[in-house]
Amino acid sequence: MNDRAKDPVKPVLNESGIEVKPLYTQVDVDASGGLGMLGQPGEYPFTRGIHRLMYRKQPWTMRQYAGFGNPAETNKRFKYLIANGQTGLNVAFDLPTQIGLDSDDPLAEGEIGRVGMSIDTLRDFEVAFDGIDLNKITVSLTINGAAAILIAMYLAMAEKRGYDVKQLRGTAQNDILKEFIGRGTWIFPVEPSIRLVGDTIEYCAEHAPKYSPVSVCGYHIRESGANPAQEMAYAFCIAKAYADDVIKRGLHVDEFAGRLSYNFNIFGNLFEQVAKFRAGRGLWAKIMKEQYGAEKPGSMWLRMIAAGGGGGLTFEQPEINIVRGAYYALISALSGTQTMALCSYDEAYTIPTEYSARISLRTMQLLIEEMGLTETVDPLAGSFYVETMTNEMRQKMEEIMAETDAQGGIVKLVSEGAIQSKVSAQAYQMQRNIESGAFPKVGVNCYRNEQEEEHPVQFHPYNEEDSQVQIDGLNKIRAERDAERVKQALARVGADAAAGRNVMPALVEAVKAYASVGEMTKELVKIYGRYQEPIRF
Amino acid sequence: MTQRRIKVLLAKPGLDGHDQGAKVVVRALMDAGMEVIYTGLRQTPEAIARMSLDEDVDVIALSSLAGSHIPFCTKLKPLLEASQLQDKLWVIGGNLPAQDHDALRQLGFKGIFPTGSKFDAIVDYIRENVK
Repeated sequence: MNDRAKDPVKPVLNESGIEVKPLYTQVDVDASGGLGMLGQPGEYPFTRGIHRLMYRKQPWTMRQYAGFGNPAETNKRFKYLIANGQTGLNVAFDLPTQIGLDSDDPLAEGEIGRVGMSIDTLRDFEVAFDGIDLNKITVSLTINGAAAILIAMYLAMAEKRGYDVKQLRGTAQNDILKEFIGRGTWIFPVEPSIRLVGDTIEYCAEHAPKYSPVSVCGYHIRESGANPAQEMAYAFCIAKAYADDVIKRGLHVDEFAGRLSYNFNIFGNLFEQVAKFRAGRGLWAKIMKEQYGAEKPGSMWLRMIAAGGGGGLTFEQPEINIVRGAYYALISALSGTQTMALCSYDEAYTIPTEYSARISLRTMQLLIEEMGLTETVDPLAGSFYVETMTNEMRQKMEEIMAETDAQGGIVKLVSEGAIQSKVSAQAYQMQRNIESGAFPKVGVNCYRNEQEEEHPVQFHPYNEEDSQVQIDGLNKIRAERDAERVKQALARVGADAAAGRNVMPALVEAVKAYASVGEMTKELVKIYGRYQEPIRF
Repeated sequence: MTQRRIKVLLAKPGLDGHDQGAKVVVRALMDAGMEVIYTGLRQTPEAIARMSLDEDVDVIALSSLAGSHIPFCTKLKPLLEASQLQDKLWVIGGNLPAQDHDALRQLGFKGIFPTGSKFDAIVDYIRENVK
């Protein structure tokens, strides 16, 4: 039994630091600000959902994270997932690709194809997406440091296959500021990194207006130790930094904001999470309308993937993670997300097997087919508790954003390592609380099994021969391609970066000439330099 | 317990960017009274060997989450030995499959702390095994 049950009057705080009362009534709703921000689904401020009919019209997209070794294996896995009813692809890349190294770079040794697929040139993309209809399946690229290059590659691949890029949908993660806070696949210093994100937004607004070039990730900030209110508040600060960069170039907010999207986490207290999403939708709409002068509803929408939950899963008694995952999926559904994905039960200690990934997919399908989660929009609306908490979470997020701005803004705080230090200190405190039992975690600090079973830990099968195949493929392309065209295209990438022009047109040309990810990255590093990580505790 | 303050180099080897675990362990070791030098991400074997020597640490600790621990430690071992660091305590934590533990021990990493390890276990092990 936990402490709360022993002492019913002891104040209970949720993770965001908001007091949770034993009972809520209309009085609490009114005291927290009333229902002024509620509105109707599909109408400003969109607290209840960005669309009028939400899942009644179309259930959430299900998009599990996958990517295996070489592009040909990944292509097979994609086709397997699609055959099982998955409606979007979420592409994992290996670490060399993520940080802009070619497969034959000495630093890539031992890492090729290990945590996702390895991409060197456009040829690899052609293989990976062979036979997949890019109009029917939306593809999300989990790429950040090298995102501008990989977006250029995706657009070039689609164009080559005859798709109209103006109609092409898809998403890239491309949120570099959160990479400095957690996840760590940065390449360039902070300022030019933000400019590169701005380049992709500006380029897509004109050339690929249905493509979502950025998915701002509160997700990894939460995984790094942020609480739910900070997760969303920091994500909004980051999105504003990108928007500000693009607006400085002369674009109106309505020319690009409609393609910004978000990625949030779903583990934790169910009501706090649902309130977080509802509050966030209203707050983002308000920011876009009042601070940025957005007029199109689409510019005010908090379009999102609410997914994962890895931070809540446990190494101990992993089968319990299947149940946790079901609750996390329920949170996601109750939150009105556009896309859902679920960490698999074995993900706390290994790369998910096909079996565990299928359980995750079925968990989400079950909510649609059996549990009635798609029938009614925003079903928790009107609950005294949920409406009060939604108001209080929104106020909490506004406080955190104001505090961040007062301290010099998110870009400064990330550059100095201040946000990193803050969330890391919280992660440490949380781990202490779990180890002491102050924060209950089933199977870890309560209801433990006397003898914990051994769990098989597996990574993707890895052998040096596969790496050599990838390197040989790269060398073959290098021998076959038009060397002069590559040289000129790379020179243009460097020249455009040096002149402060948008580098996307030059990157698209270089990609089409089969320049490699590493070659293009090196050109940009010559101009931008490399990021030096601030170490601060 | 040793009289001198224990000095630890905590490194993130290779390209893996998962540093939440490494950073909380840094704080746990500091709270336990140890001096900790955290390297930041993307350290090469050469850099880790050089820093271990330059900083004259008692403990060389790695945090690896993305699966490249065996090839990395295979490259690191001869470099540490060439710098006469074989008497220092080598430990490693992170996503470390049980079937790799023997190989890691043979590579000189006597202290192995897979996902789920507790702070106290890490601190106690270091205190007891630093020479």
